[in-house]
Amino acid sequence: MADTQEVDKLTGTATTGHEWDGIKELNTPLPRWWVWMFYATIVWSVGYWIVYPAWPLLTSATEGTFGWHTRSAVVADLAELKAIRGPIADKLAKASLQEIATDPQLLDFARAQGKTAFADNCAPCHGAGGIGGKGYPDLNDDDWLWGGKLEDIEKTIRHGARGGDDDGHQGRMPAFGRDGMLKPVEMSTVADYVRSLSGLPTEKGFDAAAGKKIFADNCATCHGDNARGNRDVGAPNLTDKLWFYGSDKKTIMEGLQNGRGGVMPAWGGRLDDTTIKALTVYVHGLGGGEK
Amino acid sequence: MIAPSAGTVELTRAPAEAPSLTQLVAAAEVKAAPPPPDDDIPLYAPRRKLYPQSVSGTFRRIKWAALIVGMAIYYLLPFARWDRGPFAPHQAVLIDFPNRRFYFFFIEIWPQEVYYVTGLLILAAMVLFLMNALAGRVWCGYLCPQTVWTDLFYAIERLIEGDRRERMQRDSKAWTLDTWLRKSVKHFLWLMIAWWTGGAWVLYFADAPTLVKELAFGTAPFIAYLWIGILTFTTYTLAGHMREQVCYYMCPWPRIQAALTDEYALNVTYRYDRGEPRCSVKKAETLRTRGEAAGDCVECMQCVNVCPGGVDIREGASLGCIQCGLCIDACDNVMAKLGRPKGLIAYDTDVNIKRRMEGKEPFFKLVRVRTVLYSAIIAFAGGLMIYTLATREGEGISVIHDRNPMFTRLSDGSVRNGYTIRIVNKQLKAREFALGFSGLPATLIDLVGVPPRADDQPWIDVGPDQTREIRVMVTDYGLPPPPKTQIVFRLTDIATGQQAITRDHFFAPEVK
Repeated sequence: MADTQEVDKLTGTATTGHEWDGIKELNTPLPRWWVWMFYATIVWSVGYWIVYPAWPLLTSATEGTFGWHTRSAVVADLAELKAIRGPIADKLAKASLQEIATDPQLLDFARAQGKTAFADNCAPCHGAGGIGGKGYPDLNDDDWLWGGKLEDIEKTIRHGARGGDDDGHQGRMPAFGRDGMLKPVEMSTVADYVRSLSGLPTEKGFDAAAGKKIFADNCATCHGDNARGNRDVGAPNLTDKLWFYGSDKKTIMEGLQNGRGGVMPAWGGRLDDTTIKALTVYVHGLGGGEK
Repeated sequence: MIAPSAGTVELTRAPAEAPSLTQLVAAAEVKAAPPPPDDDIPLYAPRRKLYPQSVSGTFRRIKWAALIVGMAIYYLLPFARWDRGPFAPHQAVLIDFPNRRFYFFFIEIWPQEVYYVTGLLILAAMVLFLMNALAGRVWCGYLCPQTVWTDLFYAIERLIEGDRRERMQRDSKAWTLDTWLRKSVKHFLWLMIAWWTGGAWVLYFADAPTLVKELAFGTAPFIAYLWIGILTFTTYTLAGHMREQVCYYMCPWPRIQAALTDEYALNVTYRYDRGEPRCSVKKAETLRTRGEAAGDCVECMQCVNVCPGGVDIREGASLGCIQCGLCIDACDNVMAKLGRPKGLIAYDTDVNIKRRMEGKEPFFKLVRVRTVLYSAIIAFAGGLMIYTLATREGEGISVIHDRNPMFTRLSDGSVRNGYTIRIVNKQLKAREFALGFSGLPATLIDLVGVPPRADDQPWIDVGPDQTREIRVMVTDYGLPPPPKTQIVFRLTDIATGQQAITRDHFFAPEVK
């Protein structure tokens, strides 16, 4: 720093003595009130360090005298939420599925809660609107693998399917091709036969009688003699217009070759009973719910 | 009238010889003003403290009347009751935020009817403009809350600290115990009024008697105390301390008013044709005996002393002049004492002053294009609002088509669409509705979440003054429907047959 301050001729302002490439910094001091505010914020921050968690230590951080913690803040927020929801939440917790279904106010509340829970937990597989995708059931339609009554839906949500829960749905489609149960020709014939059940075109030279025989010997156990499926084992109805994986012959052949057995997790341990109830009535109300 | 400036005249006059470009540029060049000698010029004019003097007269009485009526309405209206039956509050004027309703005597406004507020704003603006076209700043002088509360605060100041002369003397001397006491009492009373102002404000947002009780026992919601605090602060600051500064610096209306007014609007006017030249009574007598001109203004300064805006009306209208007419009262009182005719300051126009100076009769032109136009807009907007209010329906239906999925194919090949329907019942009684549907030949309608009633009728009951949301599933069993079909939902009140309809579409997959 120079002993005497240099004054910029053009503006008449003193410079700080700092210079970069011939450009000199003018000394334009901050307003006094601003400086005092700045000091005040420093003082404030010291108090903040003391009362709130602030300084990182090796394995933790200073805790602060207020004892504030993100976890306790969440707990407090949840308690507040519970208080806001009030008596109707208690009512929902105690009500049976049938009671919910017949109480419009409770049903509205449960469906609103179910909608949120659905978006948080179910939408990754079933889609935000519940329309599913290949191998993930559409929950809007009237075609149910494991049943569309309130109790059925609740069981599926709580225990899942093939998800490791012993009470969950267990049936699966065997890998007829891979395990050598059916020859490729037989698989092709039965695939055409299945397509013919819902009026889809079949390949030339398709032997309907042979197809029926193969179906009766191998498939009818699960899908039923009339191919209308069996909800006990999650075998889909093969005569309707909706196809779980797809109606083209290639997709059906894939299923015959390698089998099918999509997994739905058991939510019983992860979601509380009230949420499962809310999800149940929400899914039931998407449009396909059975009485 | 705007006289063209000398420079404009210079430029528009055709020169004898065409000037060179250099000359033109030199003539057009704007000479920069020399920099101020010192940087420390003040950016704000220091405030001149005003000590308006008390005055009596016609306009003072009008102001008192406006003050009493306006404040009585403001402070007492929340306590007015209006019987609306068991399903609505009984406060005549209530802004019910939690339930999203606005009640005004027999009118109940729902949030979606907020356009009535737009209508009110249009009416308010037009009435303001009409007042301005007829008699200048009537709003500023008599009705504006800033004026009314400032007036009240001045009245209290006079009551405690004395009139203009006393207050000026007291403020010019060192503070004595008496000064301290009087100032304390004044500020205390101001704060009490300000607090009551805030207190009355919150009563418009909740049941007034209940809230008063809660406030008295300290159990009212925090938001009530907060708003009382905010309004106490603003009232105390604006009416006690800022006063005319609000009109000078904060309020946009004086600027807009100045741009809107015309030469025929009546304004508080100093009739300089009669007042000038100013001279004392004695001098006027001398001058008049000599046959020379002598004005009626005796320079008593009463008009300036009583002015709450610190304006000298003799200099003409200004932003600070709220046209409250107190200077008229002050001048009339002086003129009466001098035995001269009243009305040296009066509601008049500059046009009339000029006409009188030319020896013509003054004339007043209240029916003008603008006054007719403003009145017409007021009549039209007001009429439209009354008409829509009188004929608005007590029920409504709106529909939202599901976004995801747009349609669902069912196992038998039929197509289903989902809708969320909201039914509005604006009447203060429970009603039953039937939902009709048309637009597709073969459909099934399923109401989700409407449990079967005991009598097995698919009717939807909606509580008094409530809305109800219902999910409706429409399934088409006909031939594959076209990708997009217009459909209609029809809501019918079972008891009265009143109907409301809404339209939407039924979507189906494209047939390949």
